[in-house]
Formats: sequence, structure tokens, C-alpha cells
Amino acid sequence: MPEKTNAIHVTDLTKTYPADKKQPPVEALKGVSLSVKEGEFLALLGPNGAGKTTLIGILSGLVNKSEGTVEIHGVDATTNPDKAKSYIGLVPQEFNFDIFEKVINIIVTQAGYYGVSRADALVRAEKILKDLGLWEKKDAQAQHLSGGMKRRLLIARALIHEPKVLLLDEPTAGVDVELRRGMWDFLRELSASGTTIVLTTHYLEEAEMLANRVAIINGGVIIEEGTVKELVTKLNYVTLILDATEPIKDATMVLLRDLNVKRTDENTLEITLKPGETVNDAMRKISANGIQIANIRNSGSRLEEVFVNLIKK
Amino acid sequence: MATRSPILIGYYTMVRKDFMRIIRIWSQTLLPPAITMALYFAIFGTFIGSQVDAIDGFPYIQFIVPGLVMMSVITSSYMNTVSTFYFAKWLKTIHEILVSPMPSWTVVAGYVSGGVLRAFLVGVIVIAVSLFFTHLTLFSMAVVFGAAFLTALLFSLLGLINAIYAKSFDAINIVPTFVLTPLTYLGGIFYSIDQLPEFFRIVSLFNPILYMVNAFRYGFLGISDVPLSLAFGVMGGLTLVAFIVTLYLFHKGAGIKS
Repeated sequence: MPEKTNAIHVTDLTKTYPADKKQPPVEALKGVSLSVKEGEFLALLGPNGAGKTTLIGILSGLVNKSEGTVEIHGVDATTNPDKAKSYIGLVPQEFNFDIFEKVINIIVTQAGYYGVSRADALVRAEKILKDLGLWEKKDAQAQHLSGGMKRRLLIARALIHEPKVLLLDEPTAGVDVELRRGMWDFLRELSASGTTIVLTTHYLEEAEMLANRVAIINGGVIIEEGTVKELVTKLNYVTLILDATEPIKDATMVLLRDLNVKRTDENTLEITLKPGETVNDAMRKISANGIQIANIRNSGSRLEEVFVNLIKK
Repeated sequence: MATRSPILIGYYTMVRKDFMRIIRIWSQTLLPPAITMALYFAIFGTFIGSQVDAIDGFPYIQFIVPGLVMMSVITSSYMNTVSTFYFAKWLKTIHEILVSPMPSWTVVAGYVSGGVLRAFLVGVIVIAVSLFFTHLTLFSMAVVFGAAFLTALLFSLLGLINAIYAKSFDAINIVPTFVLTPLTYLGGIFYSIDQLPEFFRIVSLFNPILYMVNAFRYGFLGISDVPLSLAFGVMGGLTLVAFIVTLYLFHKGAGIKS
């Protein structure tokens, strides 16, 4: 099978925001290199101020880069920005549509900016709005939509020109759990249909549930990237919660000192596996010290452990 | 049916959106100039004008009508682009256009066309209002159209430049209040510069609005304080410079991209 081409290829990308009266120059990106294959679903994780939105801004043409190169489907975004932008759909973090405009007009107008005729745009808009559960609101002014509906409107607007690459900047921020899961299903279907997706998020669960690959950005550099499995395996920050049948004595805890273990209450142990250590190794030592385990479970998001540990470094 | 080019569709979309907005809020865009100019025609034209001698053989009200129409054209075109673009920046709806593949010149053309369209709608309305107060002669339709078009184009571009640099609502009102209004009033709307003392006559020649008002008046009445070719030269030259500057600023992303 031929190798897939890069949908996004970024090399040595830097961005320094110039100084103003209130603050000195800010180096938001310090040499980011990143490739996203066609059809891939990449989650870009990072704390506030890590450079996620700047990176998305440069890819979508909203922010001027300082140095480096950006290619979208092989098209140089510096020398041919209009062609490069035609491949991209952007779901921004903030609501940036005309709140006095009707939903249908927002979508159809955006299609027009991409060269889609009004007649074609109306047909496409009906499908997208129905898919996203907004068709009933097509004639409502955007200001009258709920927060979740506004988020879905941003997605509908970004998809109206059928982009090959969809960039989503924290699309589920402030969205309730049910709606978030609905959005996840929609994005999964979109990804399955071949659209390349890059999503920035604070929700680590979101990245873990959706993405084929994760890039962790901090301080303007990508500090780690790979599949979720690769990252968890490589960094091996697996934390297990064990519920014992009986209280665990202090003396027993001393015997377990070569494990990375702590007692969270008298019957519960939390074990973080060291690099190279397996669950079997840990369980053997636990059994050898006479502790009977009634229940075992994973501690929260595995990716979250990776993320927190990387950011701490 | 032949398929239209994507750029043309983008341009048409921008103009359509602005046209619909102008019509939707007609009480803010089209009605005020009609009322203001009706007052000008009544007070300066009919009440005071009846006491003023004819200028170049034309009753005073007929003399001032073309200038007042031009004043509406200037204000409407400038205010249209400065407000739509500044609000688009402020609400960040400008991002809808910036992420799209439309070339900079198309975006400039789209905004400017909205300004020209509103100026023409207002111009036609004000001319219609003037007919309640006087009758108008038409000396040259081509000159009327050419002068109105170039003036609307120029001030739409200048409004856009103002909005690009504006960082607050105050900044979009400073130029209209402190530059545009004085220049317009001193641009020969209410008098012929030949009536001024020599010094002020010469100073007036440095006011670009004088050329626009006089070219427009020539189209209606066939009289002008300045040669027609010079008037069109000034309007065309300034429009070209403003277009190049606007295009450069858009290309750079000045005021809109960080």
C-alpha cells in the first residue's frame, strides 16, 4: 500500500509576538516541527500558553509566522497561501460569527468565501446542519443559540467547503458531557470518512478517545509525540488502584518499599509502575506479602499521567 | 450555465452580505442622510438661499444641491467601510474572511464595493429629496457618474485604511469629525472659490474635496471652479494611491493579523 502523504508538514516554526506597552516580546513557538499524515487524527495537548492556538493560527492563516515553513497538502503556505487555505477548515476557540445573522446565512456566506455557489451551499448546509442537529434552528439568529449549539455552528461553518483538513481549537470547552460525546461521535465519523483532523484540547480523555496520535506541546516546543499507546508504553506511567480485603499494616508497607506505592486509605494501595516494570511483577510482590486484592482498577486517564509527568519535567 | 470562478463567487458573497445589511438597517444607513439633506435644502437652499444672489447664473439652491449630494456620498462611503471593517475586527468575524482562500485584492474589492453601493443608494435618495425643493438640470451623465464613482471609491478605501489602524471606537470617529467634515464644508459646497479672497482661494485648491464637488457640479450644471481634467486627475490619482496602500496593508495583515 502506498505511504500516505503529509496533510500538514511544519518545520522549525517560530513565532515571536512583538513587545507592546504592556509586555515584552513573547516567544510563543520556538522551533516546532510536525507532520500529520493524510486522514490522521492528531490531538495537540498542552497547558495554557503552550503555543497551541498560535500553531493553529499559523496553519489557518490568522497568524503570521516568524520563521520556518508550513506546507498543507504539499502547498507552501508562504508562497501560495490562498491555495493552502482552501484545504483547511477552522473551528476556533471563540465564537466569531455575526451574532445578529441567521444560522443558515452564516453557513452559506462562509461557503461563498470559499467559492461555493449559493445554490450548492444551500444543499450542503441542509445536510451539515441536520447532521449536527441544528436544522431546526436554521432561521434563528446566532445570538439565540445555546452555548453547545454555537459550538456546533462553528463546526458546521468550518465544514461547509468540505475541507481536507479540519483544525479544532478546544471545540468542546464548556460543553456538557452528553453533547461532548455527541461531538466525539461526529468527529469520529468525519475522521473515518478520510478528513485529517487536528484537535487541541485540555481534556486528556478527549485526546485518548479520539486521536490516532498525540503531540504534547509546552513552552513553544513539542516535547513528545506518538500514538497514545506508544506514549504510555514509552513513559510507562501506569497507575493502578488496588483494594485489599483487609487493612494494610505499616510493617507490610515497609516490605513493599521497592515498589512505587502509597497507601491512600487503610485498605487501598496506589501503585505507579516504574519503567520496565510489569503488572505481574507488582502483583507478585503484593501477593508475596500476604495482601489479598479484592479489586483492581486503572487510575483515571493513563494519558493524563503521561501529560502531567512531562509537563513537570 | 457557465461555472463562475471561485473568486467571483467570494466577491459576490461579500457584496451581497453588505447589501443585505445596508437594507436591513435602512433606518441607520439610508434614512439619516435623507433627513439631514432635506434640512440643508430647506434651510440653506430655500430660506437663506432665496436671499442669496445667483452663482454663475444658477439659483443658490441649484448651486448647492450637487455639493450636498457629494457630501452624502463621501460620508456614506467612508462610514460604511470604516464601521463594517472595524466591527468585523472587533467581533472577530473578520476571521471568517481571513481563513478563506480569497486573495487580498478581492477582499478589498468586496469591502469597497459595499461602500460604493451604499454611497450610490444614498446619492440617489438625496437627489430624489432635492427634487422636492428645486429642479435639476443634467449636463453630463458620464461626468456625474464618473465623479460619484471615483469619490465613493476613494472614501471607501480611506475608511478601510482608518479601520485597519483603529484600535477603539473613538479612532473610527476622529477622522470623520476632525478631518472629513471640515474639508467637506470648505470644499466649495456652499460657495464658489472665486468668491473667496485670493489667499483662501489658493489654500482651497489644496483641498481634494473641492475637485470632487466641482466635477460633480459640472456634471449637473456645466460649471466648475477647476478644470474638469484636473479634477478627474486628482480623484483618479488619489484613488490609485489609496488602493495600493490598502492592498499593501491587507497583504501584510496590518491591524488584523498578529
